[in-house]
Amino acid sequence: MTRKQRRLTMIGGSLAVLAVAAALVLNAMRDSIVFFSTPTMAAEKQIPPGKRFRLGGLVQPGSLVRGDNLAVNFSIADGSATLAVAYKGMLPDLFREGQGVVAEGALDASGVFKADTVLAKHDETYMPKDVADALKKQGHWKDDYGAKPGATAASAPVQGIAK
Amino acid sequence: MIAEAGHYALVLALALALIQSTVPMLGARWGDPALMNVARSTALAQLLFVAASFTALVMLYVNSDFSVVNVFENSHSTKPLLYKITGVWGHHEGSMLLWVAILALFGGLVAAFGNNLRLSLRAHVLAVQGWIAAAFYLFILVTSNPFLRIASPPIEGRDLNPVLQDIGLAVHPPMLYLGYVGFSISFSFAIAALIEGRIDAAWARWVRPWTLVAWIFLTLGIAMGSYWAYYELGWGGWWFWDPVENASLMPWLAGTALLHSAVVMEKRNALKVWTILLSILAFSLSLLGTFLVRSGVLTSVHAFATDPSRGVFILLILCLFIGGSLTLYAWRASALKQGGLFAPVSREGALVLNNLFLTSACATVFIGTLYPLALEVLTGDKISVGAPFFNLTFGPLFVPLLVAMPFGPLLAWKRGDLLGAAQRLTAAGIAALVAIAVLFAWTHGGATLAPLAIGLAIFVIGGALSDLAERMALFRVPLAIAMARARGLPRATWGTAFAHAGIGVALIGIVCETTWNSEYIGTMKPRDVASVAGYQLKLDEITQRQGPNFREMIAQFTVALDGETLQVMMPSKRNFTTRDSSTTEAALLTRGASQLYVSLGDTNAEGAIAVRIYHKPLVLLIWWGPVLMAFGGLLSLSDRRLRVGAPKPAKAARALQPAE
Repeated sequence: MTRKQRRLTMIGGSLAVLAVAAALVLNAMRDSIVFFSTPTMAAEKQIPPGKRFRLGGLVQPGSLVRGDNLAVNFSIADGSATLAVAYKGMLPDLFREGQGVVAEGALDASGVFKADTVLAKHDETYMPKDVADALKKQGHWKDDYGAKPGATAASAPVQGIAK
Repeated sequence: MIAEAGHYALVLALALALIQSTVPMLGARWGDPALMNVARSTALAQLLFVAASFTALVMLYVNSDFSVVNVFENSHSTKPLLYKITGVWGHHEGSMLLWVAILALFGGLVAAFGNNLRLSLRAHVLAVQGWIAAAFYLFILVTSNPFLRIASPPIEGRDLNPVLQDIGLAVHPPMLYLGYVGFSISFSFAIAALIEGRIDAAWARWVRPWTLVAWIFLTLGIAMGSYWAYYELGWGGWWFWDPVENASLMPWLAGTALLHSAVVMEKRNALKVWTILLSILAFSLSLLGTFLVRSGVLTSVHAFATDPSRGVFILLILCLFIGGSLTLYAWRASALKQGGLFAPVSREGALVLNNLFLTSACATVFIGTLYPLALEVLTGDKISVGAPFFNLTFGPLFVPLLVAMPFGPLLAWKRGDLLGAAQRLTAAGIAALVAIAVLFAWTHGGATLAPLAIGLAIFVIGGALSDLAERMALFRVPLAIAMARARGLPRATWGTAFAHAGIGVALIGIVCETTWNSEYIGTMKPRDVASVAGYQLKLDEITQRQGPNFREMIAQFTVALDGETLQVMMPSKRNFTTRDSSTTEAALLTRGASQLYVSLGDTNAEGAIAVRIYHKPLVLLIWWGPVLMAFGGLLSLSDRRLRVGAPKPAKAARALQPAE
């Protein structure tokens, strides 16, 4: 092989790998990205049943009902709208009524949000800006540090630990 | 007094860093050895002063001096001594101080052991280290001073976040920072080479061990963080593709690529320009990681916008160093002479392939981590990019990398024999196929991908062993001779085999844990029995206990297998009154490489408790793999050629290539 051919092989190979990587990224972007909504936004956007999204807001005080075998029902509210949530499993340590929460899952046919993951957070991370602002205005905002169980636990910036 | 002394030492360190960043540069320009040697003494003095500053902060924590804001906010007098000390880096200010202390440590090591470096190269390297150090000292002093006092000192502190009061997280940040900051050395060498316009094999021989040291610590740091998340968060998950984790994975991927391309440069004097670029990228990604974690941008773009001083400062540092170094690269890289030719199928070619896949994988992680941030800034939409995205992008890119991995070490430099390499991998290939067949038969109708992935892992491990067997001519010569040959093999060869096998081991763990994990989630009352994967767990009793700075609810389980009692497991839930927060302490029962995992949830009105029990087959392999990899790195680091050090310029005169 001449020097030129070698170089072309190299460049061709690199471009091929990059193209594959780009295709993978674009494909994954289409399918596996989850949008974030508040109950108000969910109502406005008419999210179809079965489409996964993240629902964030406050746990409506008094709405928590524990059923048999770790089944839980509660409502998530954002000040103007509420949405019923059904979940089965253990709630995170910081889950409390009146506190910020994010649930991931999809609406079922009857309009109940079936969550398969529930994250409780005290900081703004999963708090929609409107809710956060509204809370701040009412003076209910808790500038708390939270040990966040689950996926994002290690990222708590207030904990100040770099991973 | 101690706080003021620590503060003052930090200011002096900044002054020294400023001298270190300018005077040696001028010395190198004017060819003045005295000025160039200033770099050495300032780097050592800087290390001394940062160490003093850091010690001062540690003492403040040990003495629980709550008149210092930082100690008040993150410590408590009843906290165990160990966590008082480790609490020093359990928050923003302290961890930044640790960051610069480690930076000064690396600079000091180059200064102390860099006697065989060309004088001007050492001056340039230390000057670049000085720039980085000065930027971060300024950052600490201006925006995050850990030594600020409170006018009216409170009696008691607010305590450290309970999840951080754990040995895993005590050791994890220093390890990770040794990795992050370790890449600053190869970065400084790259910038020095660009400024000087010359680069040679001696350069690569110097950069490689430093990269290796950083890589070893980063590998262990990431593994430790992952194990911490696994046992402390109570969910049994070990990797969440969380932005903070990705922030440490990206430098690791770039660093791994750098490690491999530096081999090509050292042995064959090729891929110079690429190696320089990777050095810049590895450290840039470390800086990016620091920015992502430290600026609060991950918490929320809005939080970042409302309290921008820290974030903007780090962003400026980031832009200055990454932008500056890439500009310098674009401007000067062409001045570096291209070296050695090689055929596409050769050791060099294999290493290029490795680099291609590693950097592409790194790029996908980069996109997945930063795209949500960019989207939120641009459109205000909040999205989350989670595990599915990375499984669909990162996974497919790693498969060809792993398939190609065993071939690399078996190919000759310059021009390799693919068929010959394939023949030598026959045994590994057969082992992999047998494993796949057995697993398919055993799980019949279960997951299809898992047996294939395990087959791939076996192939990788078998490939690493084949390489060793091949080199010591095992089975072809009498055993005694083969053993003698094994002893004579370079340590780097053993290191490669261990590191590559480590990847395979980790992959087996990952696949087994994700595929054959069994769980029981439910409520239990005392004397209830739950069974998971053949184990029976009987809840004996629930008791309360008072710890040093928490109250604890302990559940006692008796674990039995086939009616035979094995052990007692005691998971607990701790409630830290100072911060009104609780942590879940999972109980682990290790059987071989598999683990039984029990964690507790809430108690309900009738005294029943929510319980989560997992059986995780071969889960420990996930962390044994990285430990093997780090051990391989250590072996490679002890290789004779790296211990002997870089050839002296005078002897290697022919190897040097002048810039144009």
